Amino acid sequence: MSCCAPGAEGSFDRPLPSSAELKLASRIVGPGLRQTDLSVPQVHCGTCITAIEKALNGLPLVERARVNLSMKRVTIIWKEKVGNEPADPAILITAIVGATGYDAHLFANMEDAGDMLQRDLIRAVAVSGFAAANIMLLSVSVWSGAEASTRDLFHWISAMIAAPALIYGGRFFYQSAWKALRGGRTNMDVPIALAITLSYAASLWETMHHGEHAWFDATVSLLFFLLIGRTLDHVMRDRARAAITGLARLSPRGATLIGADGSREYRAIEDITPGDRIAIAAGERVPVDGVVETGASDMDVSIVNGESAPKPVKPGDQLQAGTLSLTGSLVLRATTAAKDSFLSEVISLMEAAEGGRARYRRLADRAAQYYSPAVHLLALAAFLCWGFIGGDWKQAMLVSIAVLIITCPCALGLSVPVVQVVAAGRLFKNGIMVKDGSAMERLEEVDAVLFDKTGTLTLGRPRLLNIDRIDEKHLALAAGLAVHSRHPLSQALAHAVSGPVVIFETVKEIPGQGLESTTPTGIYRLGNRYFALSGPDEASPGNGLSETVLSLDGREIATFRFDDMPRPGAQSVVASLSAKGFETGMLSGDRREVVANLAIRLGLHHWQAELSPKQKAQFCTSLAEKDRKVLMVGDGINDAPALAAAHVSIAPATATDIGRQAADFVFMHDSLEAVPLAIDLSRRAGRLIRENFALAIGYNIVAVPIALAGYATPLIAAIAMSTSSIIVVANAMRLNGALTKSVPSNAAQSLGEGARLA
Amino acid sequence: MNMLVYLIPIALFLGGLGLCAFLWSLKSGQYEDLEGASWRMLRDDPPE
Repeated sequence: MSCCAPGAEGSFDRPLPSSAELKLASRIVGPGLRQTDLSVPQVHCGTCITAIEKALNGLPLVERARVNLSMKRVTIIWKEKVGNEPADPAILITAIVGATGYDAHLFANMEDAGDMLQRDLIRAVAVSGFAAANIMLLSVSVWSGAEASTRDLFHWISAMIAAPALIYGGRFFYQSAWKALRGGRTNMDVPIALAITLSYAASLWETMHHGEHAWFDATVSLLFFLLIGRTLDHVMRDRARAAITGLARLSPRGATLIGADGSREYRAIEDITPGDRIAIAAGERVPVDGVVETGASDMDVSIVNGESAPKPVKPGDQLQAGTLSLTGSLVLRATTAAKDSFLSEVISLMEAAEGGRARYRRLADRAAQYYSPAVHLLALAAFLCWGFIGGDWKQAMLVSIAVLIITCPCALGLSVPVVQVVAAGRLFKNGIMVKDGSAMERLEEVDAVLFDKTGTLTLGRPRLLNIDRIDEKHLALAAGLAVHSRHPLSQALAHAVSGPVVIFETVKEIPGQGLESTTPTGIYRLGNRYFALSGPDEASPGNGLSETVLSLDGREIATFRFDDMPRPGAQSVVASLSAKGFETGMLSGDRREVVANLAIRLGLHHWQAELSPKQKAQFCTSLAEKDRKVLMVGDGINDAPALAAAHVSIAPATATDIGRQAADFVFMHDSLEAVPLAIDLSRRAGRLIRENFALAIGYNIVAVPIALAGYATPLIAAIAMSTSSIIVVANAMRLNGALTKSVPSNAAQSLGEGARLA
Repeated sequence: MNMLVYLIPIALFLGGLGLCAFLWSLKSGQYEDLEGASWRMLRDDPPE
């Protein structure tokens, strides 16, 4: 992609949000000021920032505009009125498109709560880091020989620094531990909460009695390390979520209603009731299920069945919410309210399917299930033994606290998130986004891979097959007509021709049929065979996505044949997955012969054709019942229930909103290589996590006897804890060194493509 | 020993200053677009 030159990629083929839609989505930030957040997925360099900000700040209605490159968003504060005229926010979008050629669209603004938690966590890390550093300085003085009143002073200062840090930073652990205990369970946070509380209490008691040892440093640095782990875990989840929702093309927020008297009014989607008449222009999505009253068009129904062949509609036909009108305008009578529409039905199907995944327990939680009772028993045993045998209950208390501090689950609390963050970073560099850490743990266990056909194994875009056999003159003629249409076949034709095209002055589009232009030479037609030749041709009935005919006055000039393009690397990926011992299969809603043909060509083990979304999900569940761990790769709304039902799932960035929401991983490049790469990295990450567990256990075997014997002074505890943390983090970083393979493709390019197709 | 009466508060104050600076920078949104910031500093035209 040439970098953000004005008009470099004038992609007007997607509908831009209307003025009314923008106003509905904006929020009031001050008197007469509104804020709109737009997602511009193709933004990728400094020039883009300058171009967009300059264009927006030049507009009279813009108060200020700022591009966020990491989130690929533009935040615009604009005035409701310029002078006395009400401002039209639609210019904002046209300004961005005009300056860069990139699409700008609205996105669902819903993850504010996650942002708040992340900020709280980072603040807690900063506070506990400050406390840990200062207490450590004071402790070093104590270890190097401060005595008597000086030592007491240092201990008191430490106690005063530690207390607020413990409350401020420790609340995350206290809350979670309390929640677990109240539910009658135990989790990793229980031993953590117990260790920091007890060690603080004991140290305070020691300080009051002019004792020699205090563990304030251990308490606070433990908190610091564990908070880092918690924050990393959260940041990773949040970043992927932001990137995925940034791509989201929102389903319409409203629609133009036609009143009984013919008046037009833009209303929010929730306010549409059955019986309302809705106007849908070419390029708009259908907001609710309904029946066509007047008009005709070709509908993009890929959202329903996953296939890219458009479906012609005429008055009386049923339309599902979310489908896109490509060529004509329609008047629709709503038959359901938004909440009962097709989309909502799919969502409820997904929620029903998600049970299996919700039952999955994180590796760290499973480990904690054994770890925390063991640690608590050990500490209790040490306390009782020292108490009864030694008779010194104070000493017994100190020993059991030392055991709790030494065994505190740094490896679990810190190393798992570190490994997963490093792995997610690597995947991100290769254009793969991970929703959360548990997805990688689940992907590691996979032994069967199922693919959807259209949009996953194939790109879901038609490709001109017989370009070599067609005269260049005819190509130029056909492309000249085709540029006037949004129909996928026309677009494929227009894209396929690189040379100059013939310019037609007036082109008429007949929805469901094709294009027509009257010229001095005669009437050119480009469309289905029946339409182009103005008469039935019994020999070869056109079937939508296979051919287009160009004719002059009803005589055939050329026939263009199309086929769906397999995704790059599909064949090699399937072959390499089979070679690694995975079972491979294809679940498709398409016709039997097409599916069989592709399955044989790619060498898949199993295939199932003509499946409904529900059957796809059932197939996944039935495999799960046979104790298979299924990875589902799919993109459409019809795949969403299966994506949710599978053990783990991957979707391409070109997937529908719901497909992306349902999937655990989203890959940005065209190539399917992302699938084996993600599996490979997840396995490596899993191996590192287990290595870290082994290291942690080994460390405990050495350190616990020292603690039990009563030799664990605060100095030894501090050293042991820091070394173990550093070792597990260093081990996690090894993931960065290995695995040099990367997918050679331009991320921004495929991101852009994805956004446009989405 | 007497020096400590001055030195410890000074050390804590300086550390606290750093902490406050960090919390302020976090609050004023300086970590929100790290990628964009690295491009912006190369920009020639004066910031608005």
